[in-house]
Amino acid sequence: MRWKTADYSGWGRVHTATSEVARPERVSALEAILDDTPAPAIGMCRSYGDASLNDGGRAIDMTRMNRVLGFDEATGVLDVEGGCQIGELARIFAPRGWLPAVMPGTGFATVAGCIANDVHGKNHHGIGSFGEHVISMTLLNGTAKHVIGPKRNAGLFKATVGGLGQTGVISSAKIQMIPCKGDVMMVTERRIEGWDDFLEALDTSKATYSVGWIDATAQGNALGRGILEEGETGAGLIPKPKKSKSVPFNAPSFALSKPIVRLFNKLYYGRVPKSGRTSVKPISDFFFPLDAIHNWNRLYGKRGFHQFQCVVPIEQADALRDMLVKIANSGLASPLAVLKRMGAGRAGYMSFPMEGYTLAVDFPNRAGAEALINMLEEMTLHAGGRLYLAKDALATGRRLKPMYSEHAKYVAEMAKVDPDGHFTTDIIRRLDLRSEA
Amino acid sequence: MTETWIILGATSSMAKAFARAVSEQGHSVLLTGRDTVDLKRSAADCVAYGARVGEAMKFDARKRESFAAIIKRAKAEDGLINVAVFVGSMPPQDEIDADPSLIGGTVTDSFTGPAEFLQGIAPEMEARGGGSVVGVCSVAGDRGRIGNYVYGAAKAGFATYLSGLRNRLTRAGGHVVTVKPGFVDTGMTWGIEGMFLVAPPEKVAQDILKAVRKKKNVIYTPFFWRYIMLIIRSIPEFIFKKMSI
Repeated sequence: MRWKTADYSGWGRVHTATSEVARPERVSALEAILDDTPAPAIGMCRSYGDASLNDGGRAIDMTRMNRVLGFDEATGVLDVEGGCQIGELARIFAPRGWLPAVMPGTGFATVAGCIANDVHGKNHHGIGSFGEHVISMTLLNGTAKHVIGPKRNAGLFKATVGGLGQTGVISSAKIQMIPCKGDVMMVTERRIEGWDDFLEALDTSKATYSVGWIDATAQGNALGRGILEEGETGAGLIPKPKKSKSVPFNAPSFALSKPIVRLFNKLYYGRVPKSGRTSVKPISDFFFPLDAIHNWNRLYGKRGFHQFQCVVPIEQADALRDMLVKIANSGLASPLAVLKRMGAGRAGYMSFPMEGYTLAVDFPNRAGAEALINMLEEMTLHAGGRLYLAKDALATGRRLKPMYSEHAKYVAEMAKVDPDGHFTTDIIRRLDLRSEA
Repeated sequence: MTETWIILGATSSMAKAFARAVSEQGHSVLLTGRDTVDLKRSAADCVAYGARVGEAMKFDARKRESFAAIIKRAKAEDGLINVAVFVGSMPPQDEIDADPSLIGGTVTDSFTGPAEFLQGIAPEMEARGGGSVVGVCSVAGDRGRIGNYVYGAAKAGFATYLSGLRNRLTRAGGHVVTVKPGFVDTGMTWGIEGMFLVAPPEKVAQDILKAVRKKKNVIYTPFFWRYIMLIIRSIPEFIFKKMSI
């Protein structure tokens, strides 16, 4: 197998790496690489920080291992190679009445990436995390091949789901799909005037899919105002999704300056009529709104951006409000800010979800952003919440490990399955996640 | 109308993308090549993408005894039979310089093997009143260059063969598309120095499908390679022979 020297980065483009990268197209090639030089797998590099980076080392690009190996139309059990992309699976199977049970905010995420980050979607409150719908998977680790599932080698399974690729390469997985009515979405949008209303609206929403957009620049009485989006799948005929566009170059830094973001948010908020509205959209528009603009991360300029995402327990909602006050006062937020009610569902030792509220906000990487995120992380810790490893780029191990109560079990499993640390990546080194203390 | 696509050399990423694309249109696919273990996975993929039939079969351009079973299997399906040829091998020129006997295999893989297969199935295509042949050649066949002229010569031979086959099948309602890809992002080009304007295999597959639908004769993909090669072909030989491009 030929290795190529490649420069790549996390989606936030703050962390970058140079690695020797192999890109196998067949299982035999993948197995040969792992026999010879075990290395961590990378996919579409849609995690924001350094979870997909192995600077100065090797990496195995799994994007060409993307075949559907079997699908049972009667039960909805889908067998796929690890590099299959979620959006592609939705495109193929939704018209036949099946959807991946959990879909993250980008359709470019691979199945193996979804497992390794135990991702959640807009239906997490009802259906749980991605890992909870994994029936089994094949894990390649050096010359060893493990077939694992929730009840088959459960310890290794829990260390692999949400485990950031540290147990080996996920070459294929069987996942349980869920029935859907078709490939269109009925989407209801309504304005929410402030923080308390937002929490209540999220708590009482009966929708299968729900997500809140927050104007993270609004202060005072308008704090926490935004738009609640609720969706249900449906069947019908609508125009095909528009052709995707691409951001051709890095935007200048003033593109996301305070007055422009304020104005944008005001218009975005005002776009939904006071009485709310219901519309019919292609599923990809609802689930993966940003995928329509390729390389949208370039809008943040060449310095990149950070996404802060935390979850706090229900009773700590006030702590989340305090965070939002700090964010609004800072004037650093971008238009991308999301509030969601999260259920308890999680499937791995290092899985992010907990019953509570999750807030995600993007910040351009500019003066003050790191200090603000630092403060938000500390507030998350005090509130008994968690930071999301798929987004994190700045935390320290000292702060992060106490948030994950099962971290010790993860470490123990790692010591058994990869004692030599072949699959170690940048995020593991930065957070020192392979040691307990 | 139901159609069956025989894909020769189906393990390549270009072939895989093409097989998927025709599967989405509901056609049957027979995926052939040497690595049948891997081809079975691709066959399952094609069925999931909508192929009526998706099967893996052994094909080795250097073993003509592997041809008959494929032709027989295709005959068992109703409707038009189409063939897409993605086979070929390109040993580095310096290896060929060291061992000239490698030329035989290169020419068999890239030209005479698939030509013999096509010759064998052409009568059946004619009997069924048409069908399409896609022959993947290479821009390397447009002019012999110091870097890979054996591979280039084999593909040039194949291109000339396809031109003749087009002449023949057109009379029976069939059609032949000669495809000349530039640099494509495949396992073959991964990590090789000096690659530029590399096209994803899915893009090439869509270009080929469009060419089949519109009955194009010779396509370059991506399209701009037509102009790059036009320039390269126009360089007078007395200058070209001193160049190394």
